[in-house]
Amino acid sequence: MRSSHLLSVRDLSVAEVLEILDTARELSRITDGAMKKLPTLRGRTVVNLFFEDSTRTRLSFEAAAKRLSADVINFTAKGSSVSKGESLKDTAQTLEAMGAELIILRHGTSGAAARLAESGWIKSHVVNAGDGMHEHPTQALLDAFTIREHFPNHDRDFQGLRIAIVGDILHSRVARSNVHLLSALGAEVVLIAPPTLMPIGVESWPVHVSYNLDAEIESLDAIMMLRVQSERMNDAFFPSEREYARDFGLGGVRLRSLKKEAIILHPGPMNRGLEISAESADDARSVIREQVSNGVVVRMAVLYLLMGGTSIPTEGVLV
Amino acid sequence: MSTTDFILKNAVMAAGVRVDIEVREGRIARVGSEIASELPLLDGYGKLVLPGLVDLHTHLREPGKEGSETILSGSQAAIKGGYTALSAMANTFPVADTAGVVEQVSRLGKEAGLCDVFPIGAVTVGLKGESLAELSAMAQSAAQVRIFSDDGKCVSDPLLMRRALEYVKSFGGVIAQHAQEPSLTLDSQMNEGVMSSNLGLKGWPSIAEESIIARDILMAHYVKSRLHICHLTTKGGVELVRWAKSQGIAVTAEVTPHHLYLTDDLVSSYNPIYKVNPPLRTESDVQALRVGLADGTIDIVATDHAPHPSEEKDCEWNAAAFGMIGLETALSVVVAAMIETGQMDWSTLVTRMSSAPAAIGGYKDHGSLDVGQPANFIIVDPSVKRAINKGDSFSRSTNTPFHGLTLPASVLHTFYRGVHVLRDGQLTGNKYE
Repeated sequence: MRSSHLLSVRDLSVAEVLEILDTARELSRITDGAMKKLPTLRGRTVVNLFFEDSTRTRLSFEAAAKRLSADVINFTAKGSSVSKGESLKDTAQTLEAMGAELIILRHGTSGAAARLAESGWIKSHVVNAGDGMHEHPTQALLDAFTIREHFPNHDRDFQGLRIAIVGDILHSRVARSNVHLLSALGAEVVLIAPPTLMPIGVESWPVHVSYNLDAEIESLDAIMMLRVQSERMNDAFFPSEREYARDFGLGGVRLRSLKKEAIILHPGPMNRGLEISAESADDARSVIREQVSNGVVVRMAVLYLLMGGTSIPTEGVLV
Repeated sequence: MSTTDFILKNAVMAAGVRVDIEVREGRIARVGSEIASELPLLDGYGKLVLPGLVDLHTHLREPGKEGSETILSGSQAAIKGGYTALSAMANTFPVADTAGVVEQVSRLGKEAGLCDVFPIGAVTVGLKGESLAELSAMAQSAAQVRIFSDDGKCVSDPLLMRRALEYVKSFGGVIAQHAQEPSLTLDSQMNEGVMSSNLGLKGWPSIAEESIIARDILMAHYVKSRLHICHLTTKGGVELVRWAKSQGIAVTAEVTPHHLYLTDDLVSSYNPIYKVNPPLRTESDVQALRVGLADGTIDIVATDHAPHPSEEKDCEWNAAAFGMIGLETALSVVVAAMIETGQMDWSTLVTRMSSAPAAIGGYKDHGSLDVGQPANFIIVDPSVKRAINKGDSFSRSTNTPFHGLTLPASVLHTFYRGVHVLRDGQLTGNKYE
């Protein structure tokens, strides 16, 4: 990777994306074997700086860092100096003073990771673990990794794959990162949502926009269901959970219309019965749990490449 | 210090006419060519002499946030930018919603003695949008307030807005509306459009501004009162004001220098120096604003000078304060946006930045170089290019989005009521008493 940060998938070339995915595949192969842990980042300090609750993303990064033997400091905003009014700048500078070399940032403000990386506040590497409604680059990378593993004929690009992202596109950083990453890899991306949850200006994105899931379902090779937050209902984005589930949920007849070889993705956590039925989540085509394990190896690859890894240690190195 | 009588020779008026101006006892005594006078000479070296600029929209932060700006530091920034009259917005702590506060602001302005400081009174108590402030008391106070605004907040309740418009008719007041429908802009961060969707920042739709402008134009017409639209930013808003004027409705409008020059593309840096209310809009809005200012649909330029301490900008986007300083760069930005693009001449610039705002505010001592008027004028070098450096600010704050740019025109001298308050771009230490 050229950059010393991972802030947005848009900063990555296709070659860099493939480098990350290849590295992740290799790391997966090694750690599936006898060696569960690599010594690569021994003595290096990685900080999980989480201003929003996200246990699964934090745990995934923590597992990734630990499998590379890094020291991990976890910092969550609740009950910390942040709740006493300390700023992002001061918090990050404090953590760097304690030896942090790479900061994994989850923050509710779009652009927070870019701000941390580019304002001259700190020298550390910055990995964006989700910034507001902007991006969640490692989620998109793990989704691409998952899709790639299921479509062996698409190992170098996703030309010819039709991939839908369904749900709250407007507020979703997962959607933004995936739109750009999947389309950069050549996939045809279809966004499906009620018009209220579609961003203004979406016509400038490299996507096909649809308000009708039933019209698209049969043509899809992959379908990614986004979590719908029930507070959206109170802001009048849709009238009721029942109506949303009926029009945009995956289940029942719709599940049967989906191609046999298609896959079902969800970034989690799921609202079973709302955007995805239990039947769909547990369907043979569902790859939701694979996404979770792939998340760890993809994040290992990102940490490994950002912190100066050049070659992957050969098997048999004892830790 | 008392004023010094002098004669300015060899200066050029906005229309291009070479002129001498004799100043006696703080007033313009004679204007003409080749005036013979025994008074001390100030050579204009062929530079432009313009009436002092007049700002109808300035946040001076005093009382309450003197760390960001005081009436004195704001006055210093003003004269550096060529302004001889400011209008201090009401959103101070305490809010300027009583005769006592507006009189205090007015008195501090006089003590600073560098330019006229006209307080703007709040429309509603505490800017809360719930009940009318004592508008008449502020109008009858020593500060003689004529412009009322809840700026920073919109008077969104239609009934309250109607009453305010009606009420100020008795003393010739005007309501300056910050047009922003609050329910359409909850937590909004930047212009809603392609950029906001890409950046994942909550959008601030143009319709939030335009729906209030449309409503208030109709209301001003209905109750036959005067409405002033603060900081117009959208193409649609320009169209609405154009229509209103064609119907003879008493509406005036302002545009800020930054909305004439900057677009929402800049937000892609996530640098909150570009965070401002109302937000930076698109290139097509900027072009429409320029056309509107040139053809007079937009009556005036107003700075919306909004100082903030550095910690309120040196942070992530959502945590940052809205606002930019503008007094010291306004003239240069307008020259770059309007004159260098060939859309406006210097005479029109004088109308938009001095005469028209003076007329809207009822500031009779400003806006012209007529004989008998107080000598409020500036000498400007139109040909110079200058690098904008935030470290040079006379303002207490440095939140300028123009830092690092090279812009045309520079204010060399400012005279306030005949007192030479700015010489070669530097404070002289003189003040009017």
